[in-house]
Amino acid sequence: MYDNEEIFMTYEQLLVESVEKNDKLYVMTAENRAHIRTLPQKIGHKFIDVGIAEQTMIGMAAGLALRGNTVITHALASFLTMRAFEFIRTDVGIAALPVCMVGFIPGILSEANGPTHQSLEDIGLMRLIPTVRIFSPMDEDELLQGMVHIIDSGMPWYIRYINKPATIHHTNFEIGKAEEIGEGNDIVIFSHGFLCAQVLDAATILEENGFGVKVINMRTLRPIDEEVIIRNILDADVVYIVEDHFSTGALYTIIAELIAARGLSATVNTINFSSWHRPGLLNDVLVYEKMNGHSIAQKILNSL
Amino acid sequence: MMDKQLQYNQLISSALRVRESILLMSTNGGCFTGASLSCADIIVYLYGQYLRVSPDSTTNPNRDYLFLSKGHDVPALYATLAEFGFIDKQRLSNHLHISDNIYWHPNTSIPGIEFHSGSLGHLLSVAMGVAYDCLQKKQDNKIVVIVGDGELNEGSLWEGFLVASALKLHNIIVIVDRNKFQANVKTEELIPLESLDNKFSAFGWNVQRIDGHDFYSIDKAMKFCDEHTNTPHIIIADTVRGKGVPSIEERADRWFCNFTDEDIQKLLNELHGTTAKELDSPIFHVR
Repeated sequence: MYDNEEIFMTYEQLLVESVEKNDKLYVMTAENRAHIRTLPQKIGHKFIDVGIAEQTMIGMAAGLALRGNTVITHALASFLTMRAFEFIRTDVGIAALPVCMVGFIPGILSEANGPTHQSLEDIGLMRLIPTVRIFSPMDEDELLQGMVHIIDSGMPWYIRYINKPATIHHTNFEIGKAEEIGEGNDIVIFSHGFLCAQVLDAATILEENGFGVKVINMRTLRPIDEEVIIRNILDADVVYIVEDHFSTGALYTIIAELIAARGLSATVNTINFSSWHRPGLLNDVLVYEKMNGHSIAQKILNSL
Repeated sequence: MMDKQLQYNQLISSALRVRESILLMSTNGGCFTGASLSCADIIVYLYGQYLRVSPDSTTNPNRDYLFLSKGHDVPALYATLAEFGFIDKQRLSNHLHISDNIYWHPNTSIPGIEFHSGSLGHLLSVAMGVAYDCLQKKQDNKIVVIVGDGELNEGSLWEGFLVASALKLHNIIVIVDRNKFQANVKTEELIPLESLDNKFSAFGWNVQRIDGHDFYSIDKAMKFCDEHTNTPHIIIADTVRGKGVPSIEERADRWFCNFTDEDIQKLLNELHGTTAKELDSPIFHVR
């Protein structure tokens, strides 16, 4: 859904094509093959499955990177960022090695798995490692578009995996640049990742109620687009931050820190998680946790 | 260097100088003296005899790699790197100086140090990544990893032992510095490790057990690793914590030592064999 950039069919195909183009690229997993089942056949020894061993996967990725390679690690977001946290920090982070750590079923996408699988602190944890960059794409198009840039960046990255089809035509991806959707400034809603689509639904309802609305898809949370945040906070009458993450550590914290550092005065409202969410199928969770478009719009309208 | 005749006398001399340096780093802030002394002979052997790496080839992709997973024994590595010309020996006097990087754990700003460590249980998996890439590129680099026996408490190592065996990383040689001590207590009194040989064999590794202070034994074991390339290798090197300095040997309270300059002179005398055992009381700082 990009106008002038190459479109890849799937994440799996992107990985295959990237390895074919770059003989210094490896793909690793901790036995999380659901969306990359053909990689053993297609990329052979460039695919390494270490079994259910996230620490070893990250340590090995650091070793591969020491040899001048770039490594994509694909594993469940919770176990990648928490079980292997110290390995990410100490082996990848301190050395600032080019390892792209892709977290599967991040945030609310864990659906009915229950709290063990809910990575609602992943972005906060990764933000605590100074060298790790963070990408939270809205849909599969954005994931693929971003990864093309990220793989070549030579830096460590944490990426929230998503394979939901795009519902909008995105502007071209640039690391550190947010995507502004809409023109209004009565209500500005900052979001990232999967919930951006719900926020866009909410924006439609709010506009039907006569409000000018802008949705800001942050895309990368490090580097963060400070200019877009500051400008829109100064312009907006009402500011909301919507994210499927605990209230501490991710976009709300980033924006609050920025407001404090710049000496600004602003009230920001939030829709996020204060604790683990009710497990269930995705649409049911969205309704139960009041994070679907309708509920988000209703909460904002009720607060005006 | 694997076919080279054992340079026994040179290794003995180098090991003595390395132990002197370790003692000289055990003051003005101190260091992990006991563990450094236990693996000194192994590290001296590796750089003096085995590893195909020199001060001019520390970034050569064809070099052999040493990963010091039990990073707290880095004084033995600093001293060995100075002994073989990777760093200026004078630089060891900067130990713990804020202006230099000769601190309590390894870091890559020191030429010859492949990766930082300090947190235990990390460098087996890092070494596995290097080993995997070398094998894929059909290079014959050897990847040596030194782990501590106390470090074997860490689950990440056993995860790595499983995976390295599955991936058939036969270019990895893990050397366990089996000095029988954790930081504070004997290994067998806390989390018993024996029989280690059987544990590693069960994980699919080729296991050898040697005297870690005998250069002939170390040399023979390393040659065996070179000649057998079907499985990853592990060498359990039985060592003595504090080896060479009787006042430090096999004492649980000699883990981290910070001596006075006067004590250091007495310990150097012990090392050189002029006195048997000078320091009986724990008069120095122990962490």
